[in-house]
Amino acid sequence: MSSLLGVAAFAVLLTLLLGLVRVLRGPQAADRIAAAQLLGTTGIAALLLWGAAVGSATHTDLALTLAVLAPFATIAMVRKEPGE
Amino acid sequence: MIVDLALVGGILALALGVLVARQAFAAVALFIGYGLLLALAWGRLGLMDVALTEAAIGAGLSGVLLLAAARRLSAAPAQEDSPPGRVTRALIGAGCAILTCAVGAAVLLLPDAPPGLAAEVAANQRATALGNPVASVLMAFRGLDTLLESAVLVLAVICTVALAPDQGWAGPPGAPQPQADGPLALLARLLPPLGIVVAAHIFWIGVDAPGGKFQAAAILAAMWLLPWMAGIAPAPPIGTRALRITVAAGPALFIAVGLLGAMLTGAFLAWPSGFEKPLILIVEVALTLSIAAALALLVMGPRT
Amino acid sequence: MSLLADAFTVFCVVAGIGFFAAGTAGLLRFPDTGSRLHALTKADHLGLGLIVLGLLPRAEALGGAFRLLAIWGLVLLASAATGPLLARIAQRRDPPA
Repeated sequence: MSSLLGVAAFAVLLTLLLGLVRVLRGPQAADRIAAAQLLGTTGIAALLLWGAAVGSATHTDLALTLAVLAPFATIAMVRKEPGE
Repeated sequence: MIVDLALVGGILALALGVLVARQAFAAVALFIGYGLLLALAWGRLGLMDVALTEAAIGAGLSGVLLLAAARRLSAAPAQEDSPPGRVTRALIGAGCAILTCAVGAAVLLLPDAPPGLAAEVAANQRATALGNPVASVLMAFRGLDTLLESAVLVLAVICTVALAPDQGWAGPPGAPQPQADGPLALLARLLPPLGIVVAAHIFWIGVDAPGGKFQAAAILAAMWLLPWMAGIAPAPPIGTRALRITVAAGPALFIAVGLLGAMLTGAFLAWPSGFEKPLILIVEVALTLSIAAALALLVMGPRT
Repeated sequence: MSLLADAFTVFCVVAGIGFFAAGTAGLLRFPDTGSRLHALTKADHLGLGLIVLGLLPRAEALGGAFRLLAIWGLVLLASAATGPLLARIAQRRDPPA
Protein backbone atom coordinates (compact mmCIF):
# COMPACT_ATOMS: atom_id res chain seq x y z
CA MET A 1 0.00 0.00 0.00
CA SER A 2 2.73 2.48 0.92
CA SER A 3 4.56 1.89 -2.37
CA LEU A 4 1.28 2.59 -4.19
CA LEU A 5 0.98 5.87 -2.31
CA GLY A 6 4.57 6.67 -3.26
CA VAL A 7 3.72 6.15 -6.92
CA ALA A 8 0.67 8.38 -6.45
CA ALA A 9 2.87 11.11 -4.91
CA PHE A 10 5.15 10.88 -7.94
CA ALA A 11 2.19 11.14 -10.33
CA VAL A 12 1.00 14.31 -8.58
CA LEU A 13 4.55 15.68 -8.65
CA LEU A 14 4.61 15.07 -12.41
CA THR A 15 1.45 17.18 -12.91
CA LEU A 16 3.16 19.87 -10.82
CA LEU A 17 6.25 19.83 -13.03
CA LEU A 18 4.13 19.96 -16.19
CA GLY A 19 2.22 22.91 -14.75
CA LEU A 20 5.50 24.76 -14.30
CA VAL A 21 5.51 25.27 -18.06
CA ARG A 22 2.70 27.81 -17.54
CA VAL A 23 4.72 29.63 -14.88
CA LEU A 24 7.60 29.76 -17.34
CA ARG A 25 5.53 30.85 -20.36
CA GLY A 26 3.11 33.31 -18.81
CA PRO A 27 2.15 35.34 -20.78
CA GLN A 28 0.59 37.60 -18.14
CA ALA A 29 1.94 38.15 -14.65
CA ALA A 30 -1.48 36.98 -13.37
CA ASP A 31 -1.00 33.65 -15.20
CA ARG A 32 2.35 33.09 -13.61
CA ILE A 33 1.42 34.02 -10.07
CA ALA A 34 -1.86 32.06 -10.22
CA ALA A 35 -0.02 29.03 -11.57
CA ALA A 36 2.64 29.38 -8.87
CA GLN A 37 0.04 29.56 -6.08
CA LEU A 38 -2.06 26.70 -7.43
CA LEU A 39 0.99 24.53 -7.99
CA GLY A 40 1.45 25.01 -4.25
CA THR A 41 -1.83 23.08 -3.89
CA THR A 42 -0.36 20.31 -6.03
CA GLY A 43 2.78 20.37 -3.90
CA ILE A 44 0.62 20.01 -0.78
CA ALA A 45 -1.15 16.98 -2.29
CA ALA A 46 2.20 15.40 -3.20
CA LEU A 47 3.49 15.99 0.34
CA LEU A 48 0.38 14.44 1.92
CA LEU A 49 0.67 11.32 -0.25
CA TRP A 50 4.39 11.10 0.34
CA GLY A 51 3.94 11.52 4.11
CA ALA A 52 1.32 8.74 4.09
CA ALA A 53 3.68 6.55 2.06
CA VAL A 54 6.58 6.86 4.50
CA GLY A 55 4.35 7.22 7.57
CA SER A 56 5.75 10.60 8.63
CA ALA A 57 3.70 13.34 10.30
CA THR A 58 6.38 15.92 9.51
CA HIS A 59 5.39 15.93 5.84
CA THR A 60 1.88 16.86 6.92
CA ASP A 61 3.29 19.73 8.98
CA LEU A 62 5.23 20.94 5.97
CA ALA A 63 2.02 20.77 3.93
CA LEU A 64 0.22 22.70 6.68
CA THR A 65 2.86 25.46 6.58
CA LEU A 66 2.53 25.71 2.80
CA ALA A 67 -1.28 25.79 3.07
CA VAL A 68 -1.38 28.62 5.59
CA LEU A 69 1.11 30.72 3.60
CA ALA A 70 -0.29 29.85 0.15
CA PRO A 71 -2.18 33.11 -0.53
CA PHE A 72 0.62 35.47 0.46
CA ALA A 73 2.47 36.07 -2.76
CA THR A 74 -0.82 36.45 -4.65
CA ILE A 75 -2.13 38.99 -2.15
CA ALA A 76 1.12 40.93 -2.30
CA MET A 77 0.61 41.15 -6.05
CA VAL A 78 -3.09 41.94 -6.29
CA ARG A 79 -3.50 44.35 -3.37
CA LYS A 80 -4.07 47.97 -4.20
CA GLU A 81 -0.93 49.99 -4.32
CA PRO A 82 -0.47 52.70 -1.71
CA GLY A 83 -1.91 55.87 -3.19
CA GLU A 84 -3.82 54.04 -5.93
CA MET B 1 15.88 8.24 -8.68
CA ILE B 2 13.45 9.32 -11.42
CA VAL B 3 11.69 11.47 -8.83
CA ASP B 4 14.95 13.19 -7.94
CA LEU B 5 15.91 13.75 -11.56
CA ALA B 6 12.47 15.23 -12.31
CA LEU B 7 12.75 17.56 -9.29
CA VAL B 8 16.27 18.66 -10.22
CA GLY B 9 15.16 19.26 -13.80
CA GLY B 10 12.28 21.43 -12.61
CA ILE B 11 14.54 23.40 -10.25
CA LEU B 12 17.09 24.04 -13.01
CA ALA B 13 14.41 25.09 -15.50
CA LEU B 14 12.92 27.56 -13.02
CA ALA B 15 16.34 28.93 -12.03
CA LEU B 16 17.09 29.54 -15.69
CA GLY B 17 13.66 31.14 -16.12
CA VAL B 18 14.34 33.54 -13.22
CA LEU B 19 17.61 34.60 -14.85
CA VAL B 20 16.27 35.19 -18.35
CA ALA B 21 12.88 36.70 -17.34
CA ARG B 22 12.46 40.15 -18.86
CA GLN B 23 9.94 41.51 -16.35
CA ALA B 24 10.55 41.73 -12.64
CA PHE B 25 7.06 40.37 -11.81
CA ALA B 26 7.63 37.29 -13.96
CA ALA B 27 10.97 36.67 -12.27
CA VAL B 28 9.35 36.88 -8.82
CA ALA B 29 6.56 34.45 -9.78
CA LEU B 30 9.17 32.01 -11.06
CA PHE B 31 11.21 32.47 -7.91
CA ILE B 32 8.16 31.57 -5.78
CA GLY B 33 7.73 28.34 -7.77
CA TYR B 34 11.45 27.73 -7.37
CA GLY B 35 11.10 28.04 -3.58
CA LEU B 36 8.28 25.48 -3.60
CA LEU B 37 10.38 22.95 -5.52
CA LEU B 38 13.36 23.67 -3.28
CA ALA B 39 11.26 22.90 -0.18
CA LEU B 40 10.21 19.59 -1.78
CA ALA B 41 13.85 18.83 -2.63
CA TRP B 42 14.99 19.47 0.96
CA GLY B 43 12.21 17.16 2.12
CA ARG B 44 13.39 14.55 -0.38
CA LEU B 45 16.88 14.80 1.16
CA GLY B 46 15.34 14.12 4.56
CA LEU B 47 16.17 17.59 5.93
CA MET B 48 12.69 18.47 7.14
CA ASP B 49 13.85 21.37 9.33
CA VAL B 50 15.39 23.07 6.32
CA ALA B 51 12.34 22.23 4.18
CA LEU B 52 10.03 23.85 6.74
CA THR B 53 12.18 26.99 6.88
CA GLU B 54 12.27 27.22 3.08
CA ALA B 55 8.50 26.80 2.93
CA ALA B 56 7.87 29.40 5.65
CA ILE B 57 10.29 32.01 4.28
CA GLY B 58 10.08 31.23 0.56
CA ALA B 59 6.31 30.87 0.31
CA GLY B 60 5.47 33.73 2.64
CA LEU B 61 7.82 36.56 3.38
CA SER B 62 10.31 36.63 0.52
CA GLY B 63 7.52 36.69 -2.10
CA VAL B 64 5.93 39.72 -0.40
CA LEU B 65 9.31 41.44 -0.12
CA LEU B 66 10.33 40.79 -3.74
CA LEU B 67 6.94 41.81 -5.18
CA ALA B 68 7.08 45.07 -3.21
CA ALA B 69 10.57 45.69 -4.61
CA ALA B 70 9.43 44.87 -8.16
CA ARG B 71 6.50 47.23 -7.81
CA ARG B 72 8.71 50.04 -6.56
CA LEU B 73 11.12 49.45 -9.46
CA SER B 74 8.34 49.51 -12.07
CA ALA B 75 6.97 52.74 -10.59
CA ALA B 76 10.36 54.43 -10.87
CA PRO B 77 12.42 52.55 -13.49
CA ALA B 78 16.13 52.54 -12.82
CA GLN B 79 18.26 54.34 -15.34
CA GLU B 80 19.63 51.83 -17.84
CA ASP B 81 23.37 51.83 -18.11
CA SER B 82 24.77 51.38 -21.59
CA PRO B 83 24.96 47.60 -22.26
CA PRO B 84 28.39 46.06 -21.58
CA GLY B 85 30.69 45.60 -24.55
CA ARG B 86 31.59 42.27 -26.06
CA VAL B 87 34.87 41.92 -24.14
CA THR B 88 33.21 42.70 -20.81
CA ARG B 89 30.49 40.15 -21.54
CA ALA B 90 33.03 37.47 -22.45
CA LEU B 91 34.99 38.17 -19.27
CA ILE B 92 31.83 38.01 -17.12
CA GLY B 93 30.83 34.74 -18.81
CA ALA B 94 34.28 33.22 -18.29
CA GLY B 95 34.32 34.28 -14.65
CA CYS B 96 30.90 32.76 -13.99
CA ALA B 97 31.86 29.54 -15.81
CA ILE B 98 35.03 29.17 -13.73
CA LEU B 99 33.10 29.78 -10.50
CA THR B 100 30.46 27.20 -11.50
CA CYS B 101 33.12 24.62 -12.33
CA ALA B 102 34.91 25.29 -9.04
CA VAL B 103 31.71 24.84 -7.02
CA GLY B 104 30.85 21.68 -8.97
CA ALA B 105 34.34 20.27 -8.41
CA ALA B 106 34.15 21.07 -4.71
CA VAL B 107 30.87 19.15 -4.43
CA LEU B 108 32.20 16.17 -6.38
CA LEU B 109 35.44 16.06 -4.36
CA LEU B 110 33.65 15.87 -1.00
CA PRO B 111 34.66 12.80 1.02
CA ASP B 112 32.03 10.05 1.09
CA ALA B 113 31.57 10.35 4.83
CA PRO B 114 31.60 14.11 5.37
CA PRO B 115 33.16 15.21 8.67
CA GLY B 116 30.56 16.27 11.19
CA LEU B 117 29.52 16.32 14.79
CA ALA B 118 26.24 14.44 14.33
CA ALA B 119 27.45 11.48 16.41
CA GLU B 120 28.44 13.72 19.32
CA VAL B 121 25.10 15.53 19.17
CA ALA B 122 23.30 12.19 19.28
CA ALA B 123 25.45 11.06 22.23
CA ASN B 124 24.68 14.20 24.27
CA GLN B 125 21.07 14.58 23.15
CA ARG B 126 19.61 13.51 26.50
CA ALA B 127 21.31 16.35 28.37
CA THR B 128 18.90 18.92 26.93
CA ALA B 129 15.69 16.94 27.50
CA LEU B 130 14.62 17.88 23.95
CA GLY B 131 13.72 15.28 21.34
CA ASN B 132 14.77 17.17 18.21
CA PRO B 133 18.56 17.19 17.72
CA VAL B 134 18.34 20.41 15.68
CA ALA B 135 16.62 22.16 18.59
CA SER B 136 19.34 20.89 20.96
CA VAL B 137 22.09 22.27 18.72
CA LEU B 138 20.34 25.62 18.28
CA MET B 139 19.47 26.20 21.93
CA ALA B 140 22.20 24.40 23.85
CA PHE B 141 25.26 23.11 22.00
CA ARG B 142 25.58 26.19 19.78
CA GLY B 143 23.38 28.58 21.75
CA LEU B 144 25.78 31.46 21.17
CA ASP B 145 25.17 31.29 17.39
CA THR B 146 21.41 31.48 17.91
CA LEU B 147 21.82 34.39 20.32
CA LEU B 148 23.99 36.32 17.86
CA GLU B 149 21.59 35.59 14.97
CA SER B 150 18.63 36.94 16.91
CA ALA B 151 20.68 39.98 17.92
CA VAL B 152 21.55 40.58 14.24
CA LEU B 153 17.82 40.75 13.47
CA VAL B 154 17.38 43.50 16.08
CA LEU B 155 20.27 45.40 14.50
CA ALA B 156 18.72 44.95 11.04
CA VAL B 157 15.44 46.44 12.31
CA ILE B 158 17.33 49.40 13.77
CA CYS B 159 19.14 49.96 10.44
CA THR B 160 15.85 49.78 8.51
CA VAL B 161 14.18 52.27 10.83
CA ALA B 162 17.19 54.55 10.44
CA LEU B 163 16.48 54.78 6.70
CA ALA B 164 13.25 56.69 7.38
CA PRO B 165 13.26 60.44 6.77
CA ASP B 166 14.05 62.63 9.78
CA GLN B 167 10.55 64.07 9.86
CA GLY B 168 8.41 61.75 11.95
CA TRP B 169 10.71 58.71 11.81
CA ALA B 170 8.99 57.37 14.91
CA GLY B 171 5.68 56.99 13.04
CA PRO B 172 4.25 53.73 11.64
CA PRO B 173 6.67 51.69 9.48
CA GLY B 174 6.21 51.32 5.73
CA ALA B 175 3.78 53.16 3.51
CA PRO B 176 0.18 53.47 4.73
CA GLN B 177 -1.85 50.74 3.02
CA PRO B 178 -5.16 51.49 1.30
CA GLN B 179 -8.11 49.69 2.85
CA ALA B 180 -9.17 46.58 0.93
CA ASP B 181 -12.73 45.36 0.54
CA GLY B 182 -14.37 42.15 -0.61
CA PRO B 183 -12.48 38.84 -0.56
CA LEU B 184 -9.15 40.25 0.60
CA ALA B 185 -10.68 41.97 3.63
CA LEU B 186 -12.51 38.75 4.51
CA LEU B 187 -9.36 36.63 4.20
CA ALA B 188 -7.38 39.14 6.26
CA ARG B 189 -9.91 38.69 9.07
CA LEU B 190 -10.33 34.90 8.80
CA LEU B 191 -6.81 33.62 8.22
CA PRO B 192 -4.74 35.20 11.05
CA PRO B 193 -6.48 33.36 13.94
CA LEU B 194 -6.02 30.05 12.09
CA GLY B 195 -2.43 30.93 11.20
CA ILE B 196 -1.60 31.74 14.82
CA VAL B 197 -2.83 28.27 15.82
CA VAL B 198 -0.67 26.71 13.07
CA ALA B 199 2.34 28.75 14.25
CA ALA B 200 1.82 27.56 17.83
CA HIS B 201 1.62 23.98 16.55
CA ILE B 202 4.82 24.31 14.51
CA PHE B 203 6.54 25.91 17.53
CA TRP B 204 5.43 23.21 19.92
CA ILE B 205 6.34 20.18 17.78
CA GLY B 206 9.80 21.75 17.30
CA VAL B 207 10.72 20.38 20.73
CA ASP B 208 10.63 16.79 19.51
CA ALA B 209 10.30 16.90 15.72
CA PRO B 210 11.28 19.20 12.84
CA GLY B 211 9.76 22.64 13.36
CA GLY B 212 10.48 25.29 15.91
CA LYS B 213 10.77 28.93 16.71
CA PHE B 214 12.09 30.38 13.47
CA GLN B 215 9.50 28.72 11.24
CA ALA B 216 6.75 29.63 13.71
CA ALA B 217 8.02 33.22 13.79
CA ALA B 218 7.90 33.43 9.99
CA ILE B 219 4.27 32.27 10.01
CA LEU B 220 3.38 34.72 12.80
CA ALA B 221 5.03 37.56 10.88
CA ALA B 222 3.00 36.65 7.80
CA MET B 223 -0.19 36.65 9.90
CA TRP B 224 0.64 40.18 11.08
CA LEU B 225 1.46 41.34 7.54
CA LEU B 226 -1.81 40.05 6.07
CA PRO B 227 -4.21 42.49 7.83
CA TRP B 228 -1.57 45.19 7.38
CA MET B 229 -1.49 44.63 3.60
CA ALA B 230 -5.29 44.63 3.52
CA GLY B 231 -5.27 48.00 5.26
CA ILE B 232 -7.51 46.89 8.11
CA ALA B 233 -4.81 46.91 10.82
CA PRO B 234 -2.35 49.80 10.50
CA ALA B 235 1.10 49.11 11.94
CA PRO B 236 1.84 50.67 15.33
CA PRO B 237 4.31 53.59 15.31
CA ILE B 238 7.98 52.60 15.66
CA GLY B 239 8.12 54.78 18.77
CA THR B 240 5.63 52.55 20.61
CA ARG B 241 7.25 51.18 23.73
CA ALA B 242 5.45 47.81 23.52
CA LEU B 243 6.71 47.25 19.96
CA ARG B 244 10.30 48.07 20.90
CA ILE B 245 10.15 45.80 23.93
CA THR B 246 8.74 42.95 21.79
CA VAL B 247 11.60 43.23 19.28
CA ALA B 248 14.30 43.32 21.95
CA ALA B 249 12.81 40.98 24.58
CA GLY B 250 13.93 37.67 23.02
CA PRO B 251 17.67 38.37 22.73
CA ALA B 252 17.63 40.28 26.05
CA LEU B 253 16.02 37.35 27.89
CA PHE B 254 18.45 34.93 26.20
CA ILE B 255 21.41 37.02 27.44
CA ALA B 256 19.91 37.28 30.93
CA VAL B 257 19.44 33.50 31.15
CA GLY B 258 22.97 33.07 29.78
CA LEU B 259 24.32 35.26 32.60
CA LEU B 260 22.27 33.26 35.08
CA GLY B 261 23.99 30.16 33.73
CA ALA B 262 27.35 31.87 34.15
CA MET B 263 26.58 32.56 37.81
CA LEU B 264 25.13 29.14 38.61
CA THR B 265 27.33 26.82 36.55
CA GLY B 266 30.32 28.99 35.63
CA ALA B 267 29.75 29.06 31.85
CA PHE B 268 27.91 31.72 29.84
CA LEU B 269 24.74 30.31 28.21
CA ALA B 270 24.99 27.05 30.18
CA TRP B 271 21.53 25.85 31.20
CA PRO B 272 21.23 25.13 34.94
CA SER B 273 20.83 21.35 35.19
CA GLY B 274 17.34 20.19 35.97
CA PHE B 275 15.77 23.33 34.56
CA GLU B 276 16.94 22.93 30.94
CA LYS B 277 13.62 22.27 29.25
CA PRO B 278 11.42 24.89 30.99
CA LEU B 279 14.10 27.59 30.63
CA ILE B 280 14.71 26.72 26.96
CA LEU B 281 10.96 26.88 26.31
CA ILE B 282 10.59 30.29 27.99
CA VAL B 283 13.52 31.72 26.02
CA GLU B 284 12.17 30.19 22.78
CA VAL B 285 8.73 31.75 23.29
CA ALA B 286 10.31 35.19 23.79
CA LEU B 287 12.62 34.65 20.79
CA THR B 288 9.69 33.59 18.59
CA LEU B 289 7.75 36.76 19.35
CA SER B 290 10.84 38.94 18.86
CA ILE B 291 11.79 37.30 15.56
CA ALA B 292 8.20 37.54 14.29
CA ALA B 293 8.01 41.26 15.09
CA ALA B 294 11.45 41.88 13.56
CA LEU B 295 10.64 39.97 10.33
CA ALA B 296 7.34 41.81 9.91
CA LEU B 297 8.99 45.21 10.50
CA LEU B 298 11.71 44.34 7.96
CA VAL B 299 9.10 43.45 5.31
CA MET B 300 7.09 46.62 6.01
CA GLY B 301 10.28 48.64 5.55
CA PRO B 302 11.10 52.14 6.74
CA ARG B 303 8.53 54.88 6.92
CA THR B 304 8.32 56.52 3.52
CA MET C 1 -12.45 -3.96 6.91
CA SER C 2 -8.90 -2.85 6.24
CA LEU C 3 -9.23 -4.17 2.69
CA LEU C 4 -12.32 -2.03 2.23
CA ALA C 5 -10.49 1.02 3.66
CA ASP C 6 -7.55 0.40 1.32
CA ALA C 7 -9.86 0.12 -1.66
CA PHE C 8 -11.50 3.40 -0.63
CA THR C 9 -8.08 5.07 -0.36
CA VAL C 10 -6.97 3.80 -3.76
CA PHE C 11 -10.23 4.88 -5.39
CA CYS C 12 -10.14 8.39 -3.94
CA VAL C 13 -6.43 8.94 -4.59
CA VAL C 14 -6.69 7.76 -8.19
CA ALA C 15 -9.71 10.02 -8.76
CA GLY C 16 -7.78 12.89 -7.14
CA ILE C 17 -4.82 12.36 -9.46
CA GLY C 18 -7.26 12.39 -12.37
CA PHE C 19 -8.49 15.84 -11.32
CA PHE C 20 -4.95 17.13 -10.88
CA ALA C 21 -4.07 15.89 -14.36
CA ALA C 22 -7.20 17.55 -15.76
CA GLY C 23 -6.34 20.80 -13.99
CA THR C 24 -2.82 20.78 -15.39
CA ALA C 25 -4.10 20.01 -18.89
CA GLY C 26 -6.47 22.98 -18.61
CA LEU C 27 -3.68 25.18 -17.29
CA LEU C 28 -1.55 24.33 -20.29
CA ARG C 29 -4.18 24.20 -23.06
CA PHE C 30 -6.87 26.79 -22.28
CA PRO C 31 -6.55 29.94 -24.37
CA ASP C 32 -6.96 32.81 -21.87
CA THR C 33 -6.15 33.69 -18.29
CA GLY C 34 -9.74 33.46 -17.03
CA SER C 35 -10.32 29.93 -18.32
CA ARG C 36 -6.95 28.78 -17.04
CA LEU C 37 -7.81 30.16 -13.60
CA HIS C 38 -11.12 28.33 -13.74
CA ALA C 39 -9.45 25.04 -14.67
CA LEU C 40 -6.89 25.22 -11.91
CA THR C 41 -9.07 26.43 -9.04
CA LYS C 42 -11.86 23.93 -9.53
CA ALA C 43 -9.95 20.84 -10.57
CA ASP C 44 -6.99 21.16 -8.22
CA HIS C 45 -9.07 21.77 -5.10
CA LEU C 46 -11.38 18.88 -5.90
CA GLY C 47 -8.28 16.75 -6.48
CA LEU C 48 -6.78 17.79 -3.14
CA GLY C 49 -10.12 17.16 -1.43
CA LEU C 50 -10.32 13.64 -2.87
CA ILE C 51 -6.76 12.87 -1.81
CA VAL C 52 -7.46 14.17 1.71
CA LEU C 53 -10.62 12.07 1.81
CA GLY C 54 -8.69 9.02 0.64
CA LEU C 55 -5.99 9.47 3.27
CA LEU C 56 -8.47 9.98 6.14
CA PRO C 57 -8.83 6.24 6.96
CA ARG C 58 -5.03 6.03 7.23
CA ALA C 59 -4.66 9.07 9.50
CA GLU C 60 -3.29 8.40 12.96
CA ALA C 61 -5.98 9.13 15.57
CA LEU C 62 -8.35 12.08 15.48
CA GLY C 63 -5.57 14.69 15.45
CA GLY C 64 -4.07 13.46 12.18
CA ALA C 65 -7.45 13.42 10.45
CA PHE C 66 -8.20 16.91 11.76
CA ARG C 67 -4.88 18.18 10.43
CA LEU C 68 -5.62 16.78 6.95
CA LEU C 69 -9.04 18.45 6.90
CA ALA C 70 -7.52 21.70 8.20
CA ILE C 71 -5.05 21.72 5.30
CA TRP C 72 -7.87 21.33 2.79
CA GLY C 73 -9.92 24.03 4.51
CA LEU C 74 -7.01 26.47 4.53
CA VAL C 75 -6.29 25.89 0.85
CA LEU C 76 -9.96 26.36 -0.08
CA LEU C 77 -10.17 29.56 1.97
CA ALA C 78 -7.01 30.96 0.40
CA SER C 79 -7.94 30.26 -3.18
CA ALA C 80 -11.56 31.31 -2.74
CA ALA C 81 -10.23 34.70 -1.68
CA THR C 82 -7.40 35.08 -4.20
CA GLY C 83 -9.24 33.67 -7.24
CA PRO C 84 -11.58 36.67 -7.74
CA LEU C 85 -8.71 39.10 -7.09
CA LEU C 86 -6.57 37.43 -9.75
CA ALA C 87 -9.45 37.37 -12.21
CA ARG C 88 -10.00 41.08 -11.55
CA ILE C 89 -6.44 42.10 -12.39
CA ALA C 90 -6.36 39.73 -15.37
CA GLN C 91 -9.48 41.43 -16.77
CA ARG C 92 -8.18 44.91 -16.07
CA ARG C 93 -4.97 44.29 -17.97
CA ASP C 94 -6.44 42.15 -20.71
CA PRO C 95 -10.12 43.11 -21.23
CA PRO C 96 -12.19 40.28 -22.73
CA ALA C 97 -12.89 40.83 -26.43
